[in-house]
Amino acid sequence: MKISLTVNGKTMSGEAEGRTLLSTFLREELGLTGTHIGCDTSQCGACTVHVNGKQVKSCTMFVAEADGADVSTIEGMANTDGSLGVIQQAFQDHHGLQCGFCTPGMVMAAASLLEKNPKPSEAEIRHHLEGNICRCTGYHNIVKAIMAASGQEVPAVAAE
Amino acid sequence: MYNFEFVKPSSVDEAVAALRDEDAQPLSGGQTLIPTMKQRLNQPSKLVSLTGIADLVGVSSSGGVLSVGGATPHATVAAEAGDYPALAALAGQIGDPAVRNRGTIGGSLANNDPAACYPSAALASGATIVTNAREIAADDYFQGMFTTALDEGEIITGVKFPIPQAANYQKFEQPASRFALTGVFVAKYADGVRVAVTGASNDGVFRWTEAEEALSANFSPNAISGLTVASDDMISDLHGSAAYRANLVKVLTGRAVAACA
Amino acid sequence: MPKDGIGASPKRREDVRFLTGKGRYTDDINLNGQLYVHFLRADVAHATINSIDTSAAEGMPGVAHVFTSKDFEAVGGLPCGWQVTDKHGQPMQEPKHPIIAEGKIRHVGEIVAAVVADTLGNARDAAEAIELDLTELPAVIDMKKAVQDGATKVHDDLTSNLCYDWGFVEENKAAVDEAFEKASHVTTLELVNNRLVANPMEPRVAVGDYAQHDDSSTLYTTSQNPHVIRLLMGAFVLGIPEHKLRVVAPDVGGGFGTKIFHYAEEAFCTFAAKQLRRPVKWTSSRSEAFMSDAHGRDHVSKIQIALDADNNFTALRTETYANMGAYLSTFAPSVPTWLHGTLMAGNYRTPLIYVNVKAVFTNTVPVDAYRGAGRPEATYQLERCVDKCARELGVDPAELRRQNFIKPDQFPYATPVAVEYDTGNYHATLDKALELADVAGFDARAAESKARGKLRGLGISNYIEACGIAPSNLVGQLGARAGLYESATVRVNATGGIVVMTGSHSHGQGHETTFPQVIADMIGIDASQVEIVHGDTANTPMGMGTYGSRSLAVGGSAMFRATEKIINKAKKIAAHLLEASETDIELKDGQFSVSGTDKSVAWGDVTLAAYVPHNYPLDSIEPGLEETAFYDPANFTYPSGTYICEVEVDEGTGKVDVLNFTAADDFGNVVNPMIVEGQVHGGVGQGIGQAMLENCAYDEDGQLLSASYMDYAMPRASDIPMITVDHSCQTPCTHNPLGVKGCGEAGAIGSPPALVNAVLDALNRNGHAVDHIDMPLSPSRVWSAMNS
Repeated sequence: MKISLTVNGKTMSGEAEGRTLLSTFLREELGLTGTHIGCDTSQCGACTVHVNGKQVKSCTMFVAEADGADVSTIEGMANTDGSLGVIQQAFQDHHGLQCGFCTPGMVMAAASLLEKNPKPSEAEIRHHLEGNICRCTGYHNIVKAIMAASGQEVPAVAAE
Repeated sequence: MYNFEFVKPSSVDEAVAALRDEDAQPLSGGQTLIPTMKQRLNQPSKLVSLTGIADLVGVSSSGGVLSVGGATPHATVAAEAGDYPALAALAGQIGDPAVRNRGTIGGSLANNDPAACYPSAALASGATIVTNAREIAADDYFQGMFTTALDEGEIITGVKFPIPQAANYQKFEQPASRFALTGVFVAKYADGVRVAVTGASNDGVFRWTEAEEALSANFSPNAISGLTVASDDMISDLHGSAAYRANLVKVLTGRAVAACA
Repeated sequence: MPKDGIGASPKRREDVRFLTGKGRYTDDINLNGQLYVHFLRADVAHATINSIDTSAAEGMPGVAHVFTSKDFEAVGGLPCGWQVTDKHGQPMQEPKHPIIAEGKIRHVGEIVAAVVADTLGNARDAAEAIELDLTELPAVIDMKKAVQDGATKVHDDLTSNLCYDWGFVEENKAAVDEAFEKASHVTTLELVNNRLVANPMEPRVAVGDYAQHDDSSTLYTTSQNPHVIRLLMGAFVLGIPEHKLRVVAPDVGGGFGTKIFHYAEEAFCTFAAKQLRRPVKWTSSRSEAFMSDAHGRDHVSKIQIALDADNNFTALRTETYANMGAYLSTFAPSVPTWLHGTLMAGNYRTPLIYVNVKAVFTNTVPVDAYRGAGRPEATYQLERCVDKCARELGVDPAELRRQNFIKPDQFPYATPVAVEYDTGNYHATLDKALELADVAGFDARAAESKARGKLRGLGISNYIEACGIAPSNLVGQLGARAGLYESATVRVNATGGIVVMTGSHSHGQGHETTFPQVIADMIGIDASQVEIVHGDTANTPMGMGTYGSRSLAVGGSAMFRATEKIINKAKKIAAHLLEASETDIELKDGQFSVSGTDKSVAWGDVTLAAYVPHNYPLDSIEPGLEETAFYDPANFTYPSGTYICEVEVDEGTGKVDVLNFTAADDFGNVVNPMIVEGQVHGGVGQGIGQAMLENCAYDEDGQLLSASYMDYAMPRASDIPMITVDHSCQTPCTHNPLGVKGCGEAGAIGSPPALVNAVLDALNRNGHAVDHIDMPLSPSRVWSAMNS
């Protein structure tokens, strides 16, 4: 079947089968390889994107379900001039990533959180990241980065 | 996974018709179905998406009953079921934010995973499961793990929850999956208290009737202190023995009652 | 001062591509005409393969070929890189490790056949049409039963399931036993170091390619050490000479040890691409990863400490069963021996030590190095046993440790287990940690917890580790079949910019940012003038890669040495340009000057002269400015530290909450504090995971019970607190030019005993007399311990 999506503001289309996952379509049909696949049980969140403004795991959604939808991926998170967006910049400033594999999902999850809750507490951030696994950072600097991206004082974070 | 035909009807009638094909299955949020299909443990010939049926989505409240459309995502229930705060809180603890944006109440109840959260709320609330064909009382609906009263091709169109005077859900997470290792939903109604337990039993969600009696007489954590929970039918696995789960049932029930105060 | 030199924390330059979705991981590579392989993996642990019928599968749509072990008869098995000699002086038993199972299945997940097809879906469909005729055999799972007489053998051609029985130091055994007889107190503890799965978030991927025009092969793979893979796969498995084989490890999404090893899938894709004359790609699913990535840890140990009447440690002995799994993974035999036994002295002066290790074959996935590799197992035994000892004696666990520490003035210190610690100050890190964790205020916090119905506890652990592996001649004597130097080529361009080709590999460590800091510091130029190239055997010198916290200590030192050569040559050029004596030339802030004068020439003028040698001492030096160094360390490095963990236990459910975690580390000199702290956070996160959550479990039939994230509990954001880190206690390494020690594994080594000690403290303070709980301290285990 033919699928059309708006991805990061641009209309894109391609061929898909019933079983084609949104993540597969993004990576293989559209060449947007920033969305990563880290598990097959919908746990790790490396594949997190936004569909119609809502955070979803693109490996646990058929692309047919997203036909006609507005999809945002990590490739669309930078500013229009190419500079890092606020969340991306905070991740770099606070060393919120190491190997980079979980990072696209973390940034997309963080963006979704901050949209609903512009000044989340540390506990709220950790709760929101329940479905995003990072093996490198111990989450410390990810939490810091999200605090900073929300304009909150990072030195106020416990243990700093 | 195996390939299949994907259809996305816009009405319940169309969906019911599409499901008449052999090996057709409904697709709601897909948060359980898709991982199963990736493992090739499920081979539908056709998936009938329910997420395009506007009638199936939404939360409304009237006359002391909270109604939730069958294809309503957990996130919507968490945000909009303010008239039944314990139910909203339960929905907000399922999975993670991304799962809550896709997974639906109808999908959860139709699957009846023994560790899912919603079955405990439905059973403790004495909810009514509404399908395209009939209405089923929760007490008749749950028939053991992954087993329900639903017929082939029958779709849950909504769930009606009588709103209790007080209620609370205590979820103790399995450390890996974050499903309920054991979860207890306590709901206090004018005619008595109902206690439903998920995650613990080999028979799926169940009512702890002894606790219900004790709590109906005296709605306080002390009322159940003398009770024991038999561990015979409890699940024993990597994450906890039967005895441990039996302990959790009692501890969490006490905490749920305390939280109702 | 140069911008972003040693000690600065510049932002990581690699972050920009990762944050914008522009990283290039192996799975992002797709080659023209590429085929896909699906591996048919064993779903039983132990069986004889009577026959495999692939005829139906061969005829399925899109199938290029179905491979079985027959296709690999002419190639070798996967080599083991370390041969351990047992206590009788005999070499370990070393079974063949085939690419595809030969005649017998030995663990769930072992490759039985491989279908290569035009799409992954077609490959999977065809794999279902393969008919296997198997005779199931009893599974060998329990290590102690595996080495009993008459046990089923994992390998019929070996004499038993015992890989080796290692004694260290065997000559000391009698003296150790005698010291135990004279002891005034002996503490004994039996414990399990739980089997773990490393779980880097990027699953493994391999893409094999073959170029007919020059008969060369290329493998793109998720590896921590592409040169090691090229050497092992080319020389030992496929027989491809190194000049016809290129191995590329592009951006790699975490390694933690499990991407060191040479795996069957890498050799398969390289081999199949040549056979089929088309690229062949394999992408592991997470489910496959659980049964095909080498696992970690899995030791069952008994440790005893002997003390005199004054509470001085007088002797220590251990007996460990170490699971090798079904085959010997690349460095598996070294982990429970040379990376474990040599660290059993810990931070203490214990004069007599004997370590016995029995390595055992079982019908499980092979076990090899995972973050820390042997050192966490040593630290866990020791620090748990010392804690138990303090409780038995009724003394403060911190003070019992302090009393027995090697003293700051005793370095260099030769331990009774064959290593010499060059530097350290264990008292300093203990004091720092006690201060930062506000141990003095603990009682008030415990009372506050109790008021809320929670049991609060505090646990301490010290660690010593050995990093920067290490002198090649020494490891050769110990059984290593590889050298363990590192390499760097420093290429200075005409206009002064620098490219460093390093054998180290960065898969999260940030080398692209930190390595330039060192060169910036040495030359006095901006770090932005330096670029790091790594991960491709075609454009880096032969190097041994990144593991064992060795990149800066060994790879950085190689880069340092090569840069020294650059500077020496540049000084000669500068001397010529300045018409001065070379011995008078000083380099500072990117300027060569003649000491005592105001004459100088800039770095860029010298580099330009090297490539445009018009005014140049051609009679004495060559043009150009490019140098290579291979650095072979003189010793391991010995980071150390003190970790303190504070927990609350929920008595009703047994749930443990980690409230505070403090890490005071001595890493020697620190190049980039931000990155060092990030490494500690991550290591502690994994240590908390091991201690509280993670458990790779088999049932008695050899089925993997924790085969996905649904049952293998990964630490999530809500499981780990903010972590207080300190690296101000610095005793620089004396034998590498940077004075650095390594920080990658410390967190995972020091944290598990601190957490377990804290939980036991919480229980024992509150009326639950519990000696020990095996990791992971899941709610059910903690509850059971309180209620048994």
